[in-house]
Amino acid sequence: MATKNYAGVAIDVNDEGYLTDPAQWTKEVAAELAKEEEIELTDKHYEVLQFLREETAKGSPLTIRKVGKSGIVDIKGLYELFPGGPLKKSSRIAGIDKPSSCV
Amino acid sequence: MKKILILGGGTGGTIMANKLRSILDRSEWDITLVDQYKTHYYQPGFLFIPFGIYNKNDVIKPKSDFFPPGVNVIFSEIDLIEGDKNQVKLGNGKILNYDFMILATGTQTRPEETPGLKEDLWYKRIFDFYTIEGAVALREFIKTWEGGRLVMNIAEIPFKCPVAPLEFVFLADAYFHEAGIRDKINITYVTPLPGAFTKPHATKMLSGLLEEKNIKVIPEFYLERVDNKEKKIISYDGQEIPFDLLTIVPVNMGNDLIERSGMGDDLNFVPTDKQTLRSEKYENIFVLGDASNIPTSKAGSVVHFAAEVLLENLLSSIDGKPLYAKFDGHANCYIETGFGKGSIIDFNYDTEPLPGTFPLPGVGPFGLLQNTKFNHYGKVIFRWIYWHILLKGKELPIGPNMSMAGKKL
Ligand SMILES: Cc1cc2nc3c(=O)[nH]c(=O)nc-3n(C[C@H](O)[C@H](O)[C@H](O)COP(=O)(O)OP(=O)(O)OC[C@H]3O[C@@H](n4cnc5c(N)ncnc54)[C@H](O)[C@@H]3O)c2cc1C
Repeated sequence: MATKNYAGVAIDVNDEGYLTDPAQWTKEVAAELAKEEEIELTDKHYEVLQFLREETAKGSPLTIRKVGKSGIVDIKGLYELFPGGPLKKSSRIAGIDKPSSCV
Repeated sequence: MKKILILGGGTGGTIMANKLRSILDRSEWDITLVDQYKTHYYQPGFLFIPFGIYNKNDVIKPKSDFFPPGVNVIFSEIDLIEGDKNQVKLGNGKILNYDFMILATGTQTRPEETPGLKEDLWYKRIFDFYTIEGAVALREFIKTWEGGRLVMNIAEIPFKCPVAPLEFVFLADAYFHEAGIRDKINITYVTPLPGAFTKPHATKMLSGLLEEKNIKVIPEFYLERVDNKEKKIISYDGQEIPFDLLTIVPVNMGNDLIERSGMGDDLNFVPTDKQTLRSEKYENIFVLGDASNIPTSKAGSVVHFAAEVLLENLLSSIDGKPLYAKFDGHANCYIETGFGKGSIIDFNYDTEPLPGTFPLPGVGPFGLLQNTKFNHYGKVIFRWIYWHILLKGKELPIGPNMSMAGKKL
């Protein structure tokens, strides 16, 4: 584990650059994480990030299908917002865990 | 007379019927179990059917062999749960009342959720091995297959037994080797996740196996549709993967009954307190096994461990006491790796699979995250344990919660 500076704050991240404490997340931190993924955040992006954070807090596993049914964007739209690995990138920018399985 | 109603007589429902009937007084408690089918399938055995290691008869027994005397068993479809009225409607219109319910209706595959999947090539070039029909049809195909591109694809997460598709490609590699045609077959493992392995220790210890066996991994492929004419799977971002044989884990969903009853999430899994195993919506409904949304594997071993916690909490609930037993998400899964070897993982909500020995520190006999012959024997004897110990609701020499003994960080 390491700390990295985002938006002037020291944030705990793991080896792959994912936040280890979702409570350290702010919109400003998200904007800088997004820059590292070469994404400029819009209101639509923030809506998706908020949805991911709320679902994760509820403990339900995230899937692209679930985001697609959220009413915020459809699946194609999600790919356009976070090109090349939508769930992996959006999770990182949302300050939550990387999608994973048991092994 | 007070009433307990068990919905679903698969792994979880059967275990609970046995546990409860041996504990609850017959003059006070009536126990009723409902399931639509009369045959019990040993689902972990489906994996071996395509390779001729098991046949259909090795994995089926009558459900009634496993229900204890003193439980009313009704074979019927369940139509609706009316939790506000403490009643359930069956397909034949009959109404059942309950004081407490255990919901164990599992998860089923939904090939029709993916356009093109269940069309011309279904059971001709495209097979699942999550149903008896799929496993048997795949066996017939593989018997005479002369080679080409084998693509193993997972359509959506979560799905039951998350290691089964990995085991499938390992066993396929070994099978085609032994048949002398491995050089004529390309095996590709296609997953929506960031990799075949996603946890650090498991990745370190086991991902070498895929390379060693020449199995290609394509991560982050999220299946949109299947093109039957061109024999390709196509993702939402336009990646295309051609196949000659597609083995698929279709989208997994909870039963439609859950949706009809307004009790599910977007995949019909039932929101459940991950520690107490009680439904988040109804105080007198507990949820066991694959039907729930608890964040651990959908696996028989989880059902077995969770059943002990559920029983404690149901008994507390009956006595009007707080629910003190807490489930930790414990799962314990064998991973067949081919050529008579296997691996084993043991983990819970908070602890990823770690290397070490199991269940005894330093002694084993099983090697966690290791690839050994002994681990394979574990999987082989699991079938016997399943029929004779697990379903009967008997205890195994391992407690419900995960133990750190024998694990190395
Ligand atoms: C290929 C494969 C390999 C596997 N390998 C392993 C393994 O190695 N180790 C392991 O631990 N687990 C393994 N599993 C997983 C394991 O089999 C399941 O997790 C377990 O059986 C789940 O039990 P359950 O009681 O939740 O559901 P099930 O056993 O599926 O039972 C659900 C029951 O509910 C009934 N039902 C549902 N809806 C209705 C309705 N509307 N009306 C009437 N009845 C209804 C069904 O008929 C069924 O009998 C594997 C599964 C598969 C498919």
